[in-house]
Amino acid sequence: MKAFTTLTSTAAPLTHQGRLMANVDTDMIIPKQFLKTTEREGLSQGLFYELKTRADGSPDPDFVLNQPAYQNAGILIAGENFGCGSSREHAPWALLDQGITCVIAPSFADIFHNNCYKNGILPIQLPFEICEALGNQAGGSNHKFTVDLERQIITTPDGEEIAFDVDEGRKASLLEGLDDIGMTLTAEDTISQYERRRQSAMPWLETEAG
Amino acid sequence: MAGKTLYDKIWDAHVVHTDPETGEALLYIDLHLIHEVTTPQAFAGLKAERRKVRRPELTLAVADHNTPTENQSAGLEGVTDDAARNQLTALSRNVAEHGIEFFPMGDINNGIVHVVGPEQGRTQPGMTIVCGDSHTSTHGAFGALAHGIGTSEVEHVLATQTLRARKSKNMAIEVTGELREGVTAKDLALHLISVIGTAGGTGHVMEYRGPAIEKLSIEGRMTLCNLSIEGGARAGIIAPDEKTFDYIKGRPSAPKGAAWEMAVRHWETLKSDPDAGWDHVVDIRAEDVEPTVTWGTSPEQAMPLSGTVPDPAEMRDPAKKAAAERALHYMDLKPGAPIAGTPVQRVFIGSCTNSRIEDLREVATIVENSKVSEGVRAMIVPGSGLVRAQAEAEGLDKVFTEAGFEWREPGCSMCLGMNPDTLAPGERCASTSNRNFEGRQGRGGRTHLMSPALAARAAINGVIG
Ligand code: SF4
Repeated sequence: MKAFTTLTSTAAPLTHQGRLMANVDTDMIIPKQFLKTTEREGLSQGLFYELKTRADGSPDPDFVLNQPAYQNAGILIAGENFGCGSSREHAPWALLDQGITCVIAPSFADIFHNNCYKNGILPIQLPFEICEALGNQAGGSNHKFTVDLERQIITTPDGEEIAFDVDEGRKASLLEGLDDIGMTLTAEDTISQYERRRQSAMPWLETEAG
Repeated sequence: MAGKTLYDKIWDAHVVHTDPETGEALLYIDLHLIHEVTTPQAFAGLKAERRKVRRPELTLAVADHNTPTENQSAGLEGVTDDAARNQLTALSRNVAEHGIEFFPMGDINNGIVHVVGPEQGRTQPGMTIVCGDSHTSTHGAFGALAHGIGTSEVEHVLATQTLRARKSKNMAIEVTGELREGVTAKDLALHLISVIGTAGGTGHVMEYRGPAIEKLSIEGRMTLCNLSIEGGARAGIIAPDEKTFDYIKGRPSAPKGAAWEMAVRHWETLKSDPDAGWDHVVDIRAEDVEPTVTWGTSPEQAMPLSGTVPDPAEMRDPAKKAAAERALHYMDLKPGAPIAGTPVQRVFIGSCTNSRIEDLREVATIVENSKVSEGVRAMIVPGSGLVRAQAEAEGLDKVFTEAGFEWREPGCSMCLGMNPDTLAPGERCASTSNRNFEGRQGRGGRTHLMSPALAARAAINGVIG
């Protein structure tokens, strides 16, 4: 996993009729036809597919990521309950493939939130009004935000500093881009000890007759 | 000190280690269910690091998400979609390489992962169960802690048999009284989500409690727990009881003999203490629940069948109002119109929410000696090969086909439309599945979630109601 330390980039607000979209579900982030891959790369073509393309397959010029000012946005700003729905990790993979490594929203669905951290994407939770204010500053290609994870500060194009919370453990792994599995495997002895306890306390779980 | 909830008890029994600084725990996983769509990248990750599957025998694989629902006996060569075949082939190869038990497409034991686990007796009370599919919450019906995970976590569980996890909060859903005649677990679940919202349970494990829950069959409990994720909860759980033990007893992977006795003694302790501390309590009166259908593109946009489509203009919450406007436009519905009588072109009876034998029996009693309305294409997709065989042994397939339903082979099918079973743009579908998101069942398709009984009636009447 790539580390996340600081990011300086434009930000794309995901809106519908002028309001940050709530309940953006994982089917919207990446529809099912793009889940048949055995790779993690190349998924940006499916990112927000049904929002970014018209029924005839042509790009919808109104969609935020199709507009030149936002094409290289590394930050996405959205409404409440972002990432609800399926557990598909293809959603963060598609964001990552598009170059988006930070999502700012008033709230996130659990599994998506988890999946972000596993992929070096920083999900930032801020009150709706602040998300909206950030969205309003996200005007064009010279409107750059800086997200500093170490200091837990977003600096807006207007120079305003906004603090955000992040879980300490998650922050540490993001900053260092740690390999979770490698770290867990260093606890091999503890896992084996647990397995022995489990075997004596709940032996039927081992005598699986399948 | 307050007592423990059922969730607390299962959690505590599975903590391998807790990081004192971050509070992150390493949780031991008793059962890891896998399928073709959310695993190829996990196996590739293992391979790249030359890692092994730590406990292949605690892992069970099925092929369900993108399998076709006809002609499965033709095997993988019969799968016409190259990308789907490629994923299915990758799964076969990966499970063989790592010695994981696998029910391939066409095997009578194969089916939707959340139908197969319980059916085989792999799902048991007090277990921790994970799967790369959000509806893993289904297994909570047995008093197991079960939830969906992402592919990186799948890889982590494969390699270590543990999950890095943070403890969720405890939410009690107290359902008092009795469900009315003709009101099912599906109605209760949709009603609950309409009350708490799709983010209502975020950060919580929900325990369903009370007399109405005790009265539910195990299949009804699975339907209810299945939909916990649509209420935003990490998991849903129900304390196991005699019904639970009866359901498990004698299944292929159920404990036998002395092990069974010992297991049951343990399972009987799996309930929340009377003085358990809840972070949140939601009270639902079972009598208030009516047959319920969704009108929008989120499971919380649900309403009684007898009601009229809500008017966004009357909604005070700006987020809900904006969502409702968008949903009504997408669904092509008018505020104030009765939902009953809305014509449907498609009916889908299936998915891990409602594709078990009890669901099919219920459908059969409704459609027997009737005909699917002209212009409606109605499909029944059993949850597993065993459900299909049982239905055929009971003659239900005849009832369905004589009524004009398509009787398909098992799989996820139109629940997510990864296989050829999808809605065409603008088609309206009465569906027993769990998500009515935009495009979920096919681009531009319009999904109304409901119980199998209501979907069966929609097929016969050609309209909702
Ligand atoms: S039936 Fe639907 S919800 Fe259930 S496992 Fe399959 S895709 Fe997921």
